[in-house]
Amino acid sequence: MQKFQTITSTYVPLPIENVDTDQIIPARFLKATTREGFGNNLFADWRYDKEGNPKPDFVLNNPTYSGEILVAGKNFGSGSSREHAAWAIAGYGFKVVVSSFFADIFRNNALNNGVLPVVVSSNFLNSLFDSVQKNPKATVTVDLEAQTIRNNETGEQESFEINAYKKECLLKGLDDIDFLLSNKDKIEAYEKKRPFVY
Amino acid sequence: MKTLFDKIWDAHVVTEVKDGPTQLYIDRHLVHEVTSPQAFAGLRARGLKVFRPEQTTLTADHNIPTMHQDQPIRDEVSRFQVDTLAKNAQDFGLTYYGLNNPKNGIVHVIGPENGYSQPGMTIVCGDSHTSTHGAFGAIAFGIGTSEVEMVLASQCILQTRPKTMRINFEGKLADGVGAKDMALYMISQLTTGGATGYFVEYSGEAVRNLSMEGRMTLCNLSIEMGARGGLVAPDETTFAYLKGREYAPKGDRWEQAIAYWKTLKTDEGAKFDKEVTIDATKIKPMITYGTNPGMGMPIDGSIPELESVDTAGKITFEKALNYMGFKPGEKLLGKPIDYVFLGSCTNGRIEDFRVFANYVRGKKKADNVTAWLVPGSWQVRKQIEAEGLDKILEEAGFELRQPGCSACLAMNDDKIPAGKYAVSTSNRNFEGRQGPGSRTILAGPLVAAAAAVNGKISLP
Ligand code: SF4
Repeated sequence: MQKFQTITSTYVPLPIENVDTDQIIPARFLKATTREGFGNNLFADWRYDKEGNPKPDFVLNNPTYSGEILVAGKNFGSGSSREHAAWAIAGYGFKVVVSSFFADIFRNNALNNGVLPVVVSSNFLNSLFDSVQKNPKATVTVDLEAQTIRNNETGEQESFEINAYKKECLLKGLDDIDFLLSNKDKIEAYEKKRPFVY
Repeated sequence: MKTLFDKIWDAHVVTEVKDGPTQLYIDRHLVHEVTSPQAFAGLRARGLKVFRPEQTTLTADHNIPTMHQDQPIRDEVSRFQVDTLAKNAQDFGLTYYGLNNPKNGIVHVIGPENGYSQPGMTIVCGDSHTSTHGAFGAIAFGIGTSEVEMVLASQCILQTRPKTMRINFEGKLADGVGAKDMALYMISQLTTGGATGYFVEYSGEAVRNLSMEGRMTLCNLSIEMGARGGLVAPDETTFAYLKGREYAPKGDRWEQAIAYWKTLKTDEGAKFDKEVTIDATKIKPMITYGTNPGMGMPIDGSIPELESVDTAGKITFEKALNYMGFKPGEKLLGKPIDYVFLGSCTNGRIEDFRVFANYVRGKKKADNVTAWLVPGSWQVRKQIEAEGLDKILEEAGFELRQPGCSACLAMNDDKIPAGKYAVSTSNRNFEGRQGPGSRTILAGPLVAAAAAVNGKISLP
């Protein structure tokens, strides 16, 4: 996983509430045997028409908006526990998702895949939607080390919460597997003192 | 003073992550075709090997047909998933019980029958019913695909410690009442979310008296009341079951193992976060009437009246009855049914087939019933033949199929048609679980046998 550095980026607004995992990645894409390629199908039913052509009115198809940050309405990622939703967000190239509330499992899955979910107040969220409407090139700065997020159009700033272990993983560019592997000596030491070797 | 759960958990802590979860060592990892492909792809992307290949076993079960397994799988997607599993086994040097392997079967049936699942172990699989293996006095639970990759890469997993609950079944079960009835009764009392966040230990006379097969059925259903898993302290029944099985310790190591396993019980006075007592003598043969396993009742009971359901639950209740085509207050005894499914990791073991065969002996399958009898593994099927049960079943008009998950989740061709009623010994009666529009009535093998012979829900 890449180290998570302070990001200043334009952002993609998705001012819809309760975006569930079926919208993020529809069930018919779950039969895949790899983790790759889900980015192409992120929000597939909103993004493409029946013939598979991009729908011009959907934000991901609008060249005015771009960036590594997705700003979404309240309760993002509810529904099934499918990890494919996080794979799709990460695969598309988003590094941060900002919302005023995340479903629990989605939040964990995102963190496991190097995507930082940032919870902000609803006022802050609304100011982000306002700013980008006035100026599509508006930017946001997310500083993980300081746990702050800043709307560079208005200068407003908020701090956000994150579990200390997960923060360290992201800053060091480690996911759980890297973390576990970095503990290999501990694992091997444990194996020597296992209570009963089966 | 520790609970059995605490003893096993504490013995597997590699390290506690500061401000984070526990790093837990995993003794056994079972893998099947549906939840593993992305995990293996992840290993490849990182250039990793499987850390402890000898602690990993693969089987194909979810997607496979239950007829003509010697021929290629017809459904392309299923075939590709199974082929991918076979290739992963080969590339990573792992034990794989593929189609037509005499040790092939449902992942939660073959683990125990090969002696692979043992007391005191931590056992995981990318499948929620991994709780089954808790019957041996092990901490066994289902995991997600990222976690499958974690275990393949490091033989460890990061977990937050669950709370503990003890469910005590006091007294003896009545004749004709089995482990499935205990479980369905328990879930109907505690509800499907009643044990969320807990790991459950089952105890009491009725649990002690259960065979290993029965204990597996009970632990299997732990997940249906939200528990992370369930376990039963190992005892003479456990040891007798394990002795001589392929992976069970042999010779001196067997003695050593027994000595250790005997320490695996909850200390007197140890504290659980929650304790529940159930009077086992009151349990009757159970069936479900709704679309979650918590909607269960005694076979001769009536569906609750609408007034007795609390306001918050009314919408779910009405939706469920509507789906099932039942009415509040209705009795289901005598209700005609269309299908009977005997099988799954809940009730696809030899004991379940003995119970079923014993009931149908000398009787005839009802003409209106299509019955799918699917052993949990090839070894179960061989045992059925060795005991001559296949003859009894055949004479009664039943046909034995080949092993697999089958109609439990209907990922293969074994789908209950829309609107049809199936008395099923599996574990989930969700809408569409056994096929789009299918209507599932969960029950134990004895109730299923009675339904198959009488063509309707009837007292065994
Ligand atoms: S039999 Fe059913 S519950 Fe058991 S592993 Fe197979 S699909 Fe899952």
